[in-house]
Order: sequence, then structure tokens, then C-alpha cells
Amino acid sequence: MTSAPPHPAPAPPPAPAREPVLRVRNLTTRFRTERGMVTAVDDVSFDLYPGETLGIVGESGCGKTVTSKSIMRLLPENVTRIDPASRIEFAGRNLASLPEHELRRVRGEKIAMIFQEPMTSLNPVFRVGWQLDEALRLHTRLNRAERRAKVIEMLRIVEIPSPENRMDDYPHQLSGGMRQRVMIAMALCCEPDILIADEPTTALDVTIQAQILDLMESLKRKTRTAIMLITHNLGVVAQVCDRVMVMYAGRVIESGSVRDIFHRARHPYTRALLESIPKKGGRVKGARLPAIGGMVPSLFNLPKGCRFSDRCGFVQDRCRAEEPTFGEHGAAAHPVRCHFPIETPVKISVRAAP
Amino acid sequence: MPLIEVNNLVKHFPVRGGVFNQVVAHVHAVEGVSLSINSGETLGVVGESGCGKSTLGKCIIRLIQPTEGQIIYEGEDITHLDHARMMPFRRKMQILFQDPYSSLNPRFTVRAALREAMLLHQVKPPAEIDAEIERLISLVGLRPDAADKFPHEFSGGQRQRIGIARALAVQPSFIVADEPVSALDVSIQAQVLNLLMDLRETFGLTMLFVSHDLKVIEHFCDRVVVMYLGRQVETLSTEDLARAAHPYTQALLGANPIDDPDDRRPLKVLQGDVPSPLHPPPGCPFQGRCPLVMERCRREMPPLTRHGPGHLVACWAAEGGSENSA
Repeated sequence: MTSAPPHPAPAPPPAPAREPVLRVRNLTTRFRTERGMVTAVDDVSFDLYPGETLGIVGESGCGKTVTSKSIMRLLPENVTRIDPASRIEFAGRNLASLPEHELRRVRGEKIAMIFQEPMTSLNPVFRVGWQLDEALRLHTRLNRAERRAKVIEMLRIVEIPSPENRMDDYPHQLSGGMRQRVMIAMALCCEPDILIADEPTTALDVTIQAQILDLMESLKRKTRTAIMLITHNLGVVAQVCDRVMVMYAGRVIESGSVRDIFHRARHPYTRALLESIPKKGGRVKGARLPAIGGMVPSLFNLPKGCRFSDRCGFVQDRCRAEEPTFGEHGAAAHPVRCHFPIETPVKISVRAAP
Repeated sequence: MPLIEVNNLVKHFPVRGGVFNQVVAHVHAVEGVSLSINSGETLGVVGESGCGKSTLGKCIIRLIQPTEGQIIYEGEDITHLDHARMMPFRRKMQILFQDPYSSLNPRFTVRAALREAMLLHQVKPPAEIDAEIERLISLVGLRPDAADKFPHEFSGGQRQRIGIARALAVQPSFIVADEPVSALDVSIQAQVLNLLMDLRETFGLTMLFVSHDLKVIEHFCDRVVVMYLGRQVETLSTEDLARAAHPYTQALLGANPIDDPDDRRPLKVLQGDVPSPLHPPPGCPFQGRCPLVMERCRREMPPLTRHGPGHLVACWAAEGGSENSA
């Protein structure tokens, strides 16, 4: 990895010899609803390597959050069904079928998660120091004094000023950025192998977002924690991810290195997503953005064939008849789910002056 | 003549507490903002949460009564007009919210919501209202059967289109758009921005566009006001953003992640958080996080000075530039 701190260039694709820390195969998650069964995540497979940041990108309802919560098994069991053929391999075990009491040893300790809105995951009636201490009480054998020292150390690592005083604050006394720092401290206090960050900066202001991303990046380099970053912000992906997986209507439709996705995206959806964001300095007076028409299909009523077919600008008869398989086209490191993937490279940007 | 002029607008919200529920402090939400918007122009307001940008928008159309200052609409001072005399202006000034779901009555169909607005302001004779509703619905790109549906039956992007239709129903000339696309997915965001651009052209609308996203502002607006902790720190044309002079505007530009993995740069440009608007520091509000902070910044608030044509900056450190062009 080249080092140009604080945000190094994307890592090269992992050498095949490296062992992934997490291997997900054919993950399928269904929900029971009033309108019948619905498949929120459909046959998703991917690997996560130590020390890398994998971005999962897609619009609301594409299944990116359900994928991460399936891995943590945080979905309500009475209405969720993870297909028995799904495999979530972590440290030699299949998390998809692990009994709850064994899962608890993994969850929080080996795989930690942070959410979009830290206020909803912090308990409002306990001091933040107490809540950090709880994680250590459950997952470590440290005594009281050692735990206190560790709490202060963790708060210091996430750059909270005067942690000795701040640990006695309640969540509402902290700003949004501070709360997210506390969540990160909590997630990292057991030194997990995997950190799942579900839209960690979406609720934060840009200058605070920059601080949090920077913090995650430097922690990753220190601890080699693998990060799964779920976001809809493509700028964030371009800045911090090594590899990217694009999801649409429950399916992975393209995955590859961050450069593959931003410079050589081959799926029309990925392409359209990249083009539809306003570009910095790309203002042409009165110009319209190339928007994707229509909207994400309902999971109850998916189009026949390719799920993107009714919005795709390149749609052909075959797309409406049969769904493309993933990886039929494209190199092993850059598979795409499309019958007619785009061959030309992405125009870098519309930065040319008007 | 500008369509709207705002002079030295101030809004303080009282904070009550203690045994007798007395006013114990004030939130300094907007602190002396002056601006003008020409007819047909779109002015952006950018800043982080709590900077007062939404309060400013709501004060201008008097959804919130400002504490001090003056709002002039088409040459008439509307700051203290009573309810009845304000009504014609209410029709001309409409607002779009970030979350149209919370601004649409869940028990009203789209038709009922639009009809209510049109009846209240008497923009059409009752007999023509149904035809007008159909016209509006197709104008914002919804299918005709949308008229008889309830807000919960729509997706976020469609609800924002209903919000737009409702605002347009009373034929306004000025619209405050308060983060209208922030809650939407990227692809839907582009659709709604395009729709707003089309409508802005068709009806010659004047807009105040409030957003935290500088990229969206740059794409959509003619000029932008940058706010920090209730203060206006910089005003400039969006075409000049690359020449922004205030360190906070520069930080906002720098913190916006660039969509190119080959152009990675340190994102972290500012330490610390926005200070509390309950007790803003004396002097410049940005002093605690500013890389260029000087002794003077801690004592005196820098005045808004001309930095170039249409370019105002409130910063002691940026002073140098004002001499050659003022």
C-alpha cells in the first residue's frame, strides 16, 4: 500500500493468497410481510480482506443495510428468514446458522457495527463512560480500574477532548460528531476484526464527516481492521474505499476496485449513478443533470429479466426476458451483472469550464 | 430593483428554564444577515446544521417572526404586517420542506391538499380547480391517478413533487426551498433538481435555496450566502466559488469529498465543532476552528466588506484582497 497520509491511494486488489476475514456466499434474506414474503437480499456473495475498506453502494431499498444486519444477525427473527443455503464464514464458523449464545461472542467483540444515527444506539439514561465500560465488562476480563483507563484511552483515540470529564456526560450533552466518536470508540474497544459502518457520516455535517472518515482511516491502518462502509455518498467512497460493491434491488450488480468502478464502470446503473451527482466546478449554466428516470422497482413487483431494465437507457429485448447472471461478463476482479456491459471508460468528470 | 431585500435580520430564540420559567438565555440563530435577491435569481444559503440557514429562510417569508431587521418585498416593508395584510404576500411566497411527508396532511388526498391552498388564496374559480389540479400534477411529473392518493402512498421523491405542486398551486413568485433534495436518493435528487430547474424557467421563479451541500448549491444557484453560527461570513457568485476568500468557505469546499479515487486528499480540514449558538464567542464566530486566527479575531467581529464585484467577506485575514478591487 502506498502511503500518502492521511488518505492513502486505494490498495491494489488483494493477492489471491491472502485469506479473507469474512466470506459471504449466496446470502439470501427474506422478510415476512403483510403482503407476503419479500426477498430483500438476493444471492449476495463477497469477500472482505483484513485491512481493506469495502464500500457497499446503492439507493434506499437496495439491500445494503439488510446485508450488513444479516451478517450481524441483527434482524428481528420472527419476521426474517436467512436462507439455509446462505453461508457467512467468519473464523471457521458459519454465522448464518450459529446459535444465538455463540453469536454473542462474535457480535460486538469480533464484528462491531456503527449506525447512522448514534443517538438511537446510545442509551440516553446512562453516561457514555458507563456504556463504553459495559462493552468491556461483557467482552474482556479487565478489572474496574483497568476498564476505566481503557475507556479514557479509547475516548482519547477518537479525539474527544478532556475524556476524563466527557465520560461522565450523557449522550444528549454531546454533539452529533462527538456521539459518533463515542460509537466508534465503543465499536473499537474490543479491537474487532471487522467494523461494519452503516452510513456513519450521513447525519453529520461535511466538516465533521471529514473528521470521522479521517479517524476511521487512521484506526484502520493502526489495527488492520477490515471495514465494510455502507453509504450512498459516492464522494466518500472515492476517497476512502479500496473496493466497491454496487447493489440494486437486492442484487449485487457490479463490484471491483474503486478505480474500476469510478473510471471503468460497466453496468449502466453504476454509470448513471456516477453521472447523476452534481460535479464540483462542473457548472454549466442551466445544464440539467443526467438523471435516471423512474424509480427503484418494488421488491414485490420486480420486472422480469434484469431488475434495472425498466430504467436502463441501453435496454434490449434480451434484458426484459432473462436476468443476467453475476460475473458472466467482466474479469474475476470486476464482475458485472449485465448482458451488454458498457465498454468505454467513464468520462473522468465534466470539469471542463463552461 | 431586487424582489426581496433583507436588512440586518436578527432572530433570537428565548430559552426558558428555572423555577419561574423565566427566559434564561437566547439562542442566537440569525445574527444580522443582509441580502437581496433579484427577480428570477436563485440565491443559495449554505452552512452546517445550527448555522441558522433554515431560520433565515423561514424568517424571510415570516413563518418565524424576526427579532430585529427588515424584510422588503417588491418595495414594501412586510416585517410587521398583520395577518390580513400579509395574506397576499403569503400567496406569493411559498416554501418547500426537506421532508414533505411531515408538511402534508396525512388525511388529505393530493387533490384535497391542492384544492385547500387554491380556495384559501382564491387563485381559481371553484369550477376550474379540478382541471388546474390535473395540470399541476402532470406538470410535476406525476401520473393523473396521483390526485386521489394519500401522501403515504408515494415514495420520497414523489412526495417532494407533491410538495412542489402544492407550492405552485397558488402561483407564487418566490419560493424558499429548505433542503428540498437532502432526504432523497442520488438518482431521485437529480430528477427533482431538474424539475425545479424546468419550473424555475417556465414560471420565472425567484428562489432562496437552503442546503448543506455545496455541490448542489453550485449546480443550482446563481449566488450563495455562506453562514456560520448565525452570521453571514461570505456572499459570492457560485461561479466564483473557487476564489472563495473566507477560511470557512474554503474549508467547506475542501471537506466535500471528490468523486475521483485518483484525487485523494486529506479531507480533514477543520478541528473541533461548531460552538453553541447559546453563547457565541465574542469576535469572529469561526475563531475557534480557523487556521488563520489572529488576535484581532478574538475581540472584534469582522464587518462584511467588499472583496470584488458581488463578493462580500467578513474576515480580518481576508482583508488584504479587498483593497485592490473595492
